Amino acid sequence: MSVQFLLQQCLIGLTNGALIALVALGYTMVYGIIGLINFAHGDLIMLGACLALSLVGALGMTAAGPATTWVGIGGLVLLCGLFCGLLNVAVDRIVYKPLRNAPKLAPLVSAIGVSFIFMNVGLFWLGPADKSFPELLPSTNLLHNDALQFTWKDLLVVLIVGPLMVALSVLVKGTKLGKAMRAVSQDPTAAALVGVDVDRVIAATFFIGGFLGGAASVIYGLYINTIGFQMGFQNGLYAFTAAVLGGIGSIPGAVLGGLVIGLVRALASAYVGERWTGAIVFAILIVILVFRPEGLLGRRVKEKV
Amino acid sequence: MATNQAPKTSSPPASPDGPWGFLAQRWELVTLAVLAVAPLVIPALGGALGGQVTNLFIYCILALALNVMVGYTGLVHLGIASFFGIGAYVLAILTVPMYPFQIGFLAAAVIAVLVTAGTGLALGAPTLRLRGDYLAIVTLGFGEVVKVTLRNLEQITGGMKGLNPVPPPGAGVTLAGIDLGKEFAIDPRWFYYLALLSLAGVVLGMRRLENSRLGRALVAVREDELAAQAMGISATRVKLAAFAMSSAVAGLAGCLYAASLSTTADPNAYDFNRSIMVLCAVILGGLGSIPGTLLGVAILVGFDTVLAPWADSWIQQMNVNPKGLSYLSFSGWRLAIFGVALVLVMRYRPEGLIPSRRLAAELHEGGSGS
Repeated sequence: MSVQFLLQQCLIGLTNGALIALVALGYTMVYGIIGLINFAHGDLIMLGACLALSLVGALGMTAAGPATTWVGIGGLVLLCGLFCGLLNVAVDRIVYKPLRNAPKLAPLVSAIGVSFIFMNVGLFWLGPADKSFPELLPSTNLLHNDALQFTWKDLLVVLIVGPLMVALSVLVKGTKLGKAMRAVSQDPTAAALVGVDVDRVIAATFFIGGFLGGAASVIYGLYINTIGFQMGFQNGLYAFTAAVLGGIGSIPGAVLGGLVIGLVRALASAYVGERWTGAIVFAILIVILVFRPEGLLGRRVKEKV
Repeated sequence: MATNQAPKTSSPPASPDGPWGFLAQRWELVTLAVLAVAPLVIPALGGALGGQVTNLFIYCILALALNVMVGYTGLVHLGIASFFGIGAYVLAILTVPMYPFQIGFLAAAVIAVLVTAGTGLALGAPTLRLRGDYLAIVTLGFGEVVKVTLRNLEQITGGMKGLNPVPPPGAGVTLAGIDLGKEFAIDPRWFYYLALLSLAGVVLGMRRLENSRLGRALVAVREDELAAQAMGISATRVKLAAFAMSSAVAGLAGCLYAASLSTTADPNAYDFNRSIMVLCAVILGGLGSIPGTLLGVAILVGFDTVLAPWADSWIQQMNVNPKGLSYLSFSGWRLAIFGVALVLVMRYRPEGLIPSRRLAAELHEGGSGS
């Protein structure tokens, strides 16, 4: 167990964490704006991964040259992002929107229902067994170092997640839509009073969350190389844990939480054993919720009467 | 809170001419009478069918346990199966031959119920201050932790093999010349009656709970926690009581489950899927409503064991699906059907099929439900 081993695990953890962060953003944004734990988000990403796999097959990307592969991956991210984003908006319009004023239990249970429906679609799409996702990128080491691995795949994660995060923070901090989103998340009624179209802002939030999830699904396929119709539950739970750890509703919090959860998972797998990873992550979740329910970067908000 | 203690749910089931609470509800009596006579009239209940109906009773108990949390108290609990599992494993550890304890079923069941109640308290005490949706996630996470732990602690839990053989209740006890253990092992009707008696006891207990001071406190906390506190109800204690009762009853269901299967089965029997299916049953049937919960379980179990196999074999006879495509079989749509049912119920009838009147009023008052 050398220092280099530790460094390697940290590298794996941070790359994984970037992926988790991308999914966590979808949870945290939707929660921040309508207070819904979107149970279906993990399964939405599963559907994105299904689409990515089908597209890879249909476009014959396994046979493409390196340059075409990179362009193709860009296209995949865009297409799957659009698909997941629009699907998310459609689900919000059909299922959650009529329940805006209902007790909180109603949208939560509906989200569980939507997650079932997605899983069933994924089951038809992929079949009951896990499918392997083709290796589109060479696994050559980019570092001239035998003990430390940083492959094209890891680079891909950084290359996609980095710009998306920057774009998101520009959007939220710098644009009118972002301002409207922050306003609605603080107080929907007051936002509506000053002329914000709340429904449009909510739809936009669902779209952005879904788009990031779609991008994450492509990366997931390329990076983990195995997808299955049940992947949504476990991954969604990790991402949700990350969102809560960072402080749900907080965008930088979700990113930080994702990285921390990625690190914890990698180190737990390496030093405690792969099969305990899930238990450790959820035990951490419970401990955080008990001692610091507002998360690392969240603000403590009194529950309104 | 000065308690008018709710009756212990493991209290012996009353005879039909017992307490008034039971007589007041005719449907329960009639159903109980029919179910009690059924095995004497229908010989099939002495076979595999008897086992299936026993299972149905056990799920009914589990669903009633969840109903205490979700229905009465309004706390979303997504890990009820973990308490079911803890009950099953504690019973197994206390009775299987590989451990030195090997105590009788009754004593083991009592201990298992106490342990699950204690676990519920231990999980509930620190987490019940949390907002409702956070609590949902904590229980979900707890469910995963329990499942993973059961799977990985192979020296204690037998890993994926589970613990077996769990001896039948009354093993080695001879009553009036009948070797109880042997009878339980041979004739499924013994388990049928054991499960039915337990279910009747739990229903009776729940009925009494609904009308007790504690039961009304639970509903008050669900309807408006702040107002309830203003009336002098300690919300935390009430919620803790709900957590403990719910866990204990779920543990009882787990005991019956392990004993009737004579094994704990593998840890995946206690995963999120089971929790969520029980939750579906409670929501579909009617939150906070005993007949609703029972009906919900009957519908879900009926779907899986009667409707789906029947529809599948019918489709097969029609010969529309020669290639065995999953979307042309009925059971392939199982998840989607449940999903659509949940969404539709929440949209159009959030109080469920047989609603509890109070909850229906609450759900339809509109406005901002916080």
